[in-house]
Amino acid sequence: MTALVPHSWLNALGIPPWIWNPLSISLRAAAEATIVVAVVGVALGYLLAKGRFPGRGAIETVVSLPMALPPTVVGYFLLTRLGGPGPIRDAEIRLIGHPLTFTFTGIVIAQIVESFPYCLRFSRSAISGVDPRYEQAARTMGLSRVRTALLVTLPLARRGIVAGVAMAFGRALGDFGATMIVSGSVPMATTMPIALYNAVFYGSHQQAIVLALVQIGVALAILLGVSRLGKVRPW
Amino acid sequence: MTAALEVAVTRRIGEFELDVAFTVESGITVLFGPSGAGKTLTLALIAGIISPDDGTIAINGEPVTDVARRINVSTQERRIGMVFQDGLLLPHRTVIDNVALAVRQARGRHERRSLARGWLERVGADGWADRRPGSLSGGQRQRVALARGLVGDPALVLLDEPLSSLDSAVRRELRALIRDVLVSSGVPAVVVTHDAEEADELGDAVIEYHDGRVTGRRVVARPDTPAPPSAETDGFGST
Repeated sequence: MTALVPHSWLNALGIPPWIWNPLSISLRAAAEATIVVAVVGVALGYLLAKGRFPGRGAIETVVSLPMALPPTVVGYFLLTRLGGPGPIRDAEIRLIGHPLTFTFTGIVIAQIVESFPYCLRFSRSAISGVDPRYEQAARTMGLSRVRTALLVTLPLARRGIVAGVAMAFGRALGDFGATMIVSGSVPMATTMPIALYNAVFYGSHQQAIVLALVQIGVALAILLGVSRLGKVRPW
Repeated sequence: MTAALEVAVTRRIGEFELDVAFTVESGITVLFGPSGAGKTLTLALIAGIISPDDGTIAINGEPVTDVARRINVSTQERRIGMVFQDGLLLPHRTVIDNVALAVRQARGRHERRSLARGWLERVGADGWADRRPGSLSGGQRQRVALARGLVGDPALVLLDEPLSSLDSAVRRELRALIRDVLVSSGVPAVVVTHDAEEADELGDAVIEYHDGRVTGRRVVARPDTPAPPSAETDGFGST
């Protein structure tokens, strides 16, 4: 799980395992969560922006709930659903032999739930903001609805969508409450925020400072990236 | 001879009610009238962008809209080309991509781009093929929009105030180009304008609109055109 980069390289760079292990788990979990969130979030954002069906508002409210809830509530819900007695845990055991709680996959699921609303809301807003006349023009050019969405609507909404995906990645990377409860802080699922918590809890303040600085650096990189996307001339 | 376009529709939007019927057989037919008369709404109905409350629209004798029979062919299947008032070129695509995307009759990318390049040459826009629409002037954009409207082998091309956002010198130049290209292509065209001079210079026939109704029609005397204009003389009017 942690072998994103050979250990010999890390040694040569002087990066100790107590930084690299949680950082690589965080980056990998956030990346996997973001891929799922980007695909499903943009698709659902498109449906909510363009679709005319009953219950649109209810769907958006329900999937946006993690934005308003404390992450520990989301984590507790996932812990009891994924790991507590019931049909979901039975299915997990049938399919993969063990529950998803206290595993790497468990923290990916927690981060998906936590970051999904950011991607969804940014995408829906960006897609709603596309001038519908471009889509009408595309239809008169013979483009089907699907091709219009792929070749016209999504490219025109791309800045908002990319910003939403970046925000979701940042949210997944920074999640502590839900990830902590679902992962239980086992070594194979210890992310950077959890490693920082552990360092503080066990009195390793030097490590805590370094881990905090690394996370600040990653967060700054994400925000700078989003900011640059906002300034780029669209076409 | 089958009419290129038969329209008999009603559509109410708020207090405004459009209630028109006319037939177009070939050549360039101009819908002329003041702003708010329902001309652009008529084009949107023909294109299938919006649906009428009642009535029928047929292109080459095939009904594309028939409210009573619940026929409503989707916009992309109507085989129409459309030139919008401000071009509406896709800003994230190059000029040639904008035109090539509208090719319906070719499958391969090379063939589509080849057809697109041919039409760009016909409208004098081949020099900007690799530029983005945002870097073009209004007149240049409308040339590209004209190529895009015609490249897909349409049964009918609709032009919605194609020159209204341009200055007078460019308008005169493009009027001649649009007429030449439309006549040489042989594709029947419906052009919307509120400019009387433009209506006479562009059209073979002019259908006059006022307050959602057809109030008259006339044939434009054109010494350079051997055949008389083709708009049917008794198949139109308010329904």
